[in-house]
Formats: sequence, structure tokens, C-alpha cells
Amino acid sequence: MARVVRLGAVAAGAVGALIAARRVRRAGGPGKTGPTWLGVTVLAPPDRIAAGGELPEPLRALGDAVEVRMQPAPGDRGTEVYARLRDDGQGSGTAARLTGRDRMGPLRQALREAKSLVETGEVLRTDAVETTHPGPRGRLIAALDERAQKAGRL
Amino acid sequence: MRALCWEGVNSLAVRDVPDPGIRNDQDVVLKVRASAACGSDLHLLGGYIPFMQAGDVMGHEFIGEVVEVGKGVRKRKVGERVVVSSFVGCGRCWYCTHDLWSLCDNTNTNPVHTQALWGYEPGACFGYSHAMGGLAGSHAEYVRVPFADFGSFVVPDGVDDLAAVFASDAGPTGWMGADLGGVSPGDVVAVWGAGAVGQVAARAATLLGAERVVVVDRYGYRLEQAEKHMGVEALDYTTTDVGAALREMTGGRGPDVCIEAVGMEAHSDGPGFVYDQAKQQLGMQTDRPTAVREAIHACRKGGSVFILGVFAAVVDKFPLGAIINKGLTVRGAQMHGQRYIPGLLDRIAAGELPTRHFATHPMPLDEGPEGYRIFKEKVDGCVRPVFRP
Ligand SMILES: NC(=O)c1ccc[n+]([C@@H]2O[C@H](COP(=O)([O-])OP(=O)(O)OC[C@H]3O[C@@H](n4cnc5c(N)ncnc54)[C@H](O)[C@@H]3O)[C@@H](O)[C@H]2O)c1
Ligand SMILES: [Zn+2]
Ligand SMILES: [Zn+2]
Repeated sequence: MARVVRLGAVAAGAVGALIAARRVRRAGGPGKTGPTWLGVTVLAPPDRIAAGGELPEPLRALGDAVEVRMQPAPGDRGTEVYARLRDDGQGSGTAARLTGRDRMGPLRQALREAKSLVETGEVLRTDAVETTHPGPRGRLIAALDERAQKAGRL
Repeated sequence: MRALCWEGVNSLAVRDVPDPGIRNDQDVVLKVRASAACGSDLHLLGGYIPFMQAGDVMGHEFIGEVVEVGKGVRKRKVGERVVVSSFVGCGRCWYCTHDLWSLCDNTNTNPVHTQALWGYEPGACFGYSHAMGGLAGSHAEYVRVPFADFGSFVVPDGVDDLAAVFASDAGPTGWMGADLGGVSPGDVVAVWGAGAVGQVAARAATLLGAERVVVVDRYGYRLEQAEKHMGVEALDYTTTDVGAALREMTGGRGPDVCIEAVGMEAHSDGPGFVYDQAKQQLGMQTDRPTAVREAIHACRKGGSVFILGVFAAVVDKFPLGAIINKGLTVRGAQMHGQRYIPGLLDRIAAGELPTRHFATHPMPLDEGPEGYRIFKEKVDGCVRPVFRP
């Protein structure tokens, strides 16, 4: 059953642009179709996440392909930031999701990077370690590393 | 620069690798002064944590001198002598701000493996495989330290490198076991494992007010260290029935807090060992939980068990029934270094927490593979090799 997501009173004028985006119909729950929301919780108030009404660069860069909404997280946890592709296209299997090869890959990466930028001011870059002689397992690890930010459970 | 690299299961080599540099504004680069091997490295070496790639630099327990400072760093200056938390925390996510630093949301750049294994990823740890963020380790001439304002701590002048280095990882780990295990005045505390981690846990229990503390292991030289340096009692599980001895020490109640500092490669004398080892080698279980089982069994009703030993995934014959029926609290964690390091440095400086004796084998980096051999085989009285690049 689709339901209207109720929004808490989080938004001040600065994020007015987001309010409309937040009042969306959500098709969720078992057996329902429609784009899935991916969420991260950011330890910051909404007006820092969308300073001057602008979303953090990694999310902004995805442009109209995504919609974003925010709501306060319970307790002292900050703000829940959700994003989804406007057009979900074909659903994707677990293997594609785990390896970041599904269509949600860029969205996962953008959410993680946006969170890190807001919270810490940077996106950590890992060390570029060259492998000496990759075996099959080494090659698998390298392939997964390359898409790590797009993959996983988010 | 020279670095000690993982080359394959039970294979290490010292090789030339590119020097690290600043990759993020909040990084510093250290010239490594001392870098200790840790029991956790043995799990990587043995291939029990299958996310290492040939060429990865090992090492996560270290002290060094700041030689380069990123432009976003506020607290560090070139020339400072600092000890660094093995787990990297951003300092500003919900977990870091709640002193749960090893759970940092923003440092593990490769969350996919551990999300699949555990549901969510922990933070990053230096030199601890691609599943823990893929950061290069400290067994090298130089190491890059991200979020250095939060993870590096100036070492007091009077504390030498070989004592201070253990404030990086073994110290906070052991202290956390006693602290989060809930040790309080009057408790009897039993610690499994007399390595550096177990010895610190035992000493921490005493300092937190425990009435009686006993360490369990099979290596006489380690048990002697625990008695001599940490002032606690010792039990050799190869010559003593540990459960009976603990009951005898506690009027039949059992220890109030049991701390496990052994990990996934636990050894045992009993017939179960062959079974556990066979299952582990056949991939039917990833870990050998011998000491965890014993700790849960020995613990008093309503007591607390803290698991410091590292485990990778699933174990067999886990005594779940004892937990529910005895009303136990079971907890574990990777160490929250940033929470404990300042206090530990003070205690080391004040002589309350001896650590220097863990560095049984200081040696040049080039001898790294041999250092790991004696550490793994527990020969020549080795507690920890410490490399001095
Ligand atoms: N949680 C963390 O953040 C963290 C940090 C550092 C180390 N660790 C883990 O702590 C554990 C101990 O580290 P360490 O550096 O002291 O290792 P270590 O290898 O030096 O010591 C382990 C000790 O356990 C003993 N042991 C083996 N089987 C036993 C048994 N059945 N009963 C009692 N003792 C037994 C060994 O004889 C050895 O002395 C390792 O698993 C390591 O991975 C965890
Ligand atoms: Zn360690
Ligand atoms: Zn953090």
C-alpha cells in the first residue's frame, strides 16, 4: 500500500526547495513495486546538509535522475537523508547490488560521499597499494575495491 | 621506502614500495619510529581473514614522528612524536561522537565485504585488509594517517617508544575489555590469553578495582610476565582444570567478569580441538571459539563476558543456552582507541600500566618475516616483535 511520508518540521526556508521533493508517495513494503529509497543518517541539521538550499555536490551532480527527501532522525542521531532514482528501470539482483553493478551504484556512492562531506568535510581516499602478483582472489578483491563505494547494503 | 608486505598465506617479504603522501587534507604522514606485530596480524598471515592482496603493507600498532601535515589538520605539527589509534575515526559521525570509534561511519572506504558478512561495516584499520578499508600498514618507513587530529596523540617525553607503542592498539583493547566488560570494585575477573592484550585487560581490571584477577594461558613465560609485571594470578590450562580452579577461587560462584583475549585461532588440549581445527580448515566454520566457550561456561550467573579476540564470521557449538539460562551479558568490540589512549599514556607515564616488557623482540624492519615467525610459533620467549625501520 502506498502511503504519504509524513515529514517532521525540519525544514527552514533554506531548504524550502526540498520540501516538495519530500512530500512523495512511497511504494514500499513487501511485494510492492516502484523505486526504492536508499537512506543514510547524517549527524547534522537539515540546513547544514542542504546549505543555502543546495544539496551536497555528490547528490546535486546526479541532477534530475534522483529525488531526495530528508526527515529528522530519532533522538540525537541527526537527519535521515533518502534518495531514489526517479525511474527504477529493471530491478537488480543481489549479485549486482553487492558488486555495485546495478543502477543504484552511483546513488549509493553519492549518498555515502554526501554524508562524509557534511560530517567531516572530506571523502576519505584509501591508499593506492599496488599488488605484487595478483592471484584469482587478488583480482576479485581488486575488482570489488574499484566499485566499493557503489556497492553493498545501503 | 622499505615495507613489510603480506605476500600470501604464511608468506611475508620486505620490499620497496612507493612512499606515502598526503591524500586528504586532514592527513599527516609519519616517519615510523616503532611498529609492533599484533595477534590480529597472525589471523591475516594464516589466511583466516581472506581479504588481503599480495603486496599489502602490514602493521597497525605504531608510534612515529610527524613529517608532513595536510592543510586541514589543526592539532598536529611537524616534529611531534605521536602514537596512533589502530582504528581510524573521523571524529564527527554519530559513532565517533559517542566514543564508539572503531564503528566510524566515514573511514571504511570499502564497506562491501563486511556489509555482506556482518550487515554493517566497521571503521577502517591500518594494514588490516581490504575489508577494513585497505589502508597501508605501519610496518614501513613512513605511514599516512587520515583524520590525524582525532587519531594521533603526543607521547609524553618520559615514555620511551617501546612502551608508548602499545598505547596504539593492545593497550586500548585490553583496557576496553575491563571497562566495557563492566569490571567494578570487588569483582573477580578471569582473562583468557596472556598476550599483550590479555595482560593489559588483567592490569586494567586491577586498576578498576577488581578484588582478584587471574590470567589463563599455556605459555609459562607469558604467565610469568602477567604475575611479575601485572601483579595478577596465573593458571596454566594444560596442567589445571580451569573451571574447577576458578570455582575454587570464588567460593563456587565463578568469575564476575570473563574477558576473552585469544581469538579465532584458539588452541585446546581437549578432543574438541581436532574437531574445531578440521572444521575450520574445511571451511565449515571460520573460527575456533575454544576460549569463548570456556569463558561463557565458567562465568557466574548474571555475569559479563567480553570478547576481545578477533573472530571473522561463524562458529560452531556456540553455547547459546548458557547465555540465556545464566542471564549473561556478552559483548565484544574492536578497540575504541581514541577513547582510551590519552588516559593510557598518563598511566604508562605514571608507571601504573607497564607495557615495555611486551617488546621482547625489538628488531630492524628487514627482519620482519623472522619476527612474525617467532611470534606465531611463540618461541624464544616472544610476546611481541617490534620493528624499528
Ligand atoms: N578487539 C580488538 O580491537 C583487538 C585488538 C588487538 C588484538 N585483538 C585480538 O586479541 C587477541 C589476542 O591478541 P594478542 O596480540 O594478545 O595475541 P597473542 O597471539 O600474543 O596471544 C594470544 C594468547 O592466547 C593464548 N591462548 C590460545 N588458546 C587459548 C585458550 N584456549 N585459552 C587460553 N589462552 C589461549 C595463546 O597461548 C597466546 O598466549 C587476538 O585474537 C587479536 O586478534 C583484538
Ligand atoms: Zn591489533
Ligand atoms: Zn566517525
